[in-house]
Amino acid sequence: MKQSDPIHDEYFGPDRVTVIEPPKRWHTLDIRELWAYRELFGVLTVRDIKVRYKQTVLGVAWAVLQPITMMIVFTVIFGRLAKLPSDQFPYPVFIFAALLPWNFFAQATGTASGSLVGAGQLLSKVYFPRLIIPLSSIGAGLVDAAISTVILLLLITYYGVPLTINILAAPLLFVAVIFTALGFGTILAALTVAYRDFRFVVPFMIQIWLYCTPVVYALSLIPDRWHWVLALNPMAGIVEGFRAAFLGKPFDLAMLSISIFVSIVIFVIAIAYFYKVERRFADVI
Amino acid sequence: MTRPAVKAEDLGKEYVVGGAEQMYSSFREMISGIATTPIRKFRKLRGEVGEDEKFWALKDVSFEAKPGEVIGIVGRNGAGKSTLLKLLSRITSPTQGRIEIAGRLSSLLEVGMGFHPELTGRENIYLNGTILGMKQSEIREKFDDIVSFAGIETFLDTPVKRYSSGMYVRLAFSVAGHLEPDILLVDEVLAVGDVEFQKRCLGKMKDVALEGRTVLFVSHNLNALSALCDNGMYIDQGRLRATGSINEIVDKYISSTSQSVNHWQAPPDREVRLINIDAIRLLGNDGREEKHIRYDKGGCLEIGYDSKLSGNRFTIAVRIMDGYGNTILTSWDTDSNSSEKPGRGLLRCYIPPNLLRPGNYVASVLAQELTLNRARLVDEVSVSLEVMSVGWPMQPGRVGIITPILKWEPAHEGTK
Repeated sequence: MKQSDPIHDEYFGPDRVTVIEPPKRWHTLDIRELWAYRELFGVLTVRDIKVRYKQTVLGVAWAVLQPITMMIVFTVIFGRLAKLPSDQFPYPVFIFAALLPWNFFAQATGTASGSLVGAGQLLSKVYFPRLIIPLSSIGAGLVDAAISTVILLLLITYYGVPLTINILAAPLLFVAVIFTALGFGTILAALTVAYRDFRFVVPFMIQIWLYCTPVVYALSLIPDRWHWVLALNPMAGIVEGFRAAFLGKPFDLAMLSISIFVSIVIFVIAIAYFYKVERRFADVI
Repeated sequence: MTRPAVKAEDLGKEYVVGGAEQMYSSFREMISGIATTPIRKFRKLRGEVGEDEKFWALKDVSFEAKPGEVIGIVGRNGAGKSTLLKLLSRITSPTQGRIEIAGRLSSLLEVGMGFHPELTGRENIYLNGTILGMKQSEIREKFDDIVSFAGIETFLDTPVKRYSSGMYVRLAFSVAGHLEPDILLVDEVLAVGDVEFQKRCLGKMKDVALEGRTVLFVSHNLNALSALCDNGMYIDQGRLRATGSINEIVDKYISSTSQSVNHWQAPPDREVRLINIDAIRLLGNDGREEKHIRYDKGGCLEIGYDSKLSGNRFTIAVRIMDGYGNTILTSWDTDSNSSEKPGRGLLRCYIPPNLLRPGNYVASVLAQELTLNRARLVDEVSVSLEVMSVGWPMQPGRVGIITPILKWEPAHEGTK
């Protein structure tokens, strides 16, 4: 007996009547349709994960090696040589708590922005909600983030940093960083389809962005009155939030709220823009 | 009255064609041109262009397909057939008009959509099936059928990049063939795979049609269309020119293609090759230029060529194909011309009388360079060739691709 799935049947069942008309000017997020196509999201995400480490010698070990190597390099350069303050925490833990959300964001945004162009073949041959493509490349990044979380917890234990109640905020912060990546990822994916310039802009932009975010340095290096400016960069508030959650330092709620607000605004704009140009993708790619 | 499976009203699709890059006539113009280029490009990429850069790939197309109807779509390349399928499958959206589709629609615009070379056959079945709109549970149910239809049991866990192209296509088609849509769009997918597999696919498609599904089928293989479809649509220059029974439509299509050139002269700006075909004329058997040849008289093709190679290092060939795309014959100048031909000149290829069935053909003239072990195609030009039925013995039973008059004579017992 087949399980009944009303939303899937609504889109794929025999009683479905599809009406195709010239696109309207504005289109809202069609959550029901996305839900009907959730299995496609699943297989594409799994595909991205599987393919990423195929035919590599070390395989998934890369997901461990990459962040650890970055941590060591940053610790040596910024911690030992430049002697940047790390708010009294051991520098490796201090930096890794920030690298966790940052790496996820950088990788997810980077792959998502190229995802539509990369899937051009698919887009020009079959219909499905186009949003699935950038979404699934962001979904694939979550595996690496999960691995990094485990590493972070091990580091925290090794350096004897006590876990506090703050850790309970971590799931919420993960949601925040996912939404931020979704916002930037989708808007950059749509822009890259129309203007291939973004292929050059995005990696460069992410590099500079790293230095506009308190990842390798402590927020305390920036005078307090400028924190709100920094918070306009949604990753700044979120990275600091991660440090607060995992290292047990107090939350800067004002900063976190500004960042999350900016992140939501970007997400809304991104979805609106994405739908506006979605119908042209197949013609442009 | 039942609801039509597909109903299209006044369908139109406008595309923007990329305008040619501007030429600069002075240094000053070039400087200012380069400075404003990003702005112009930005406008173009946003889709803001002048009227002259737009064109209608499809316009004012209205039709209905009843449930269970199998419709063949014919038309020349670029006529708008693929655009129509793209609109129906929602890959691109119409500029005007409206389509209503009742039921689940699947499109096979290409086999192996979304196949990832690094993934195994098994993984790709799930991936491709889901992309085509199957549920995971559905794929699991049909998995064994899919694998056995494709005949790849032993290679299930091998990455598809190690598959032969035949295996790849078989697997892809097999997944697609196990879809159970109410409406199926098919675009020329049968042009791939080996002959035996093509036959199985045609069989599979027939099953689909017999099960009461609606099929829209685009193909250049008119034989396949006649065999599979009930009705047809003929699209030309973005317009729906005719609808009707498939045989009517195929005839209309064939007769419309014959209006193209049967005399050809190389335009002055034609690219210069190692061997060039300069001109082709169709002559009657009396040596006069003709628009067609008679069945009972035959005629000849006069070919003007110009080659940088010496006469024994290249050949000129004539290949005749019928309107269905079947090759009727191929003949080389070396068949009967033993003397070495000059590097440039005229050749005549005589088409014997009482051979070609009256109708429309395409005659391709091929210029081939002969290297040590093979012939390399250097130039090819096609003209249309019409054989008039004058003098054709019109017995209804005279079927066959060619209709030659053969020599018969009584043989007496005892005579040698």
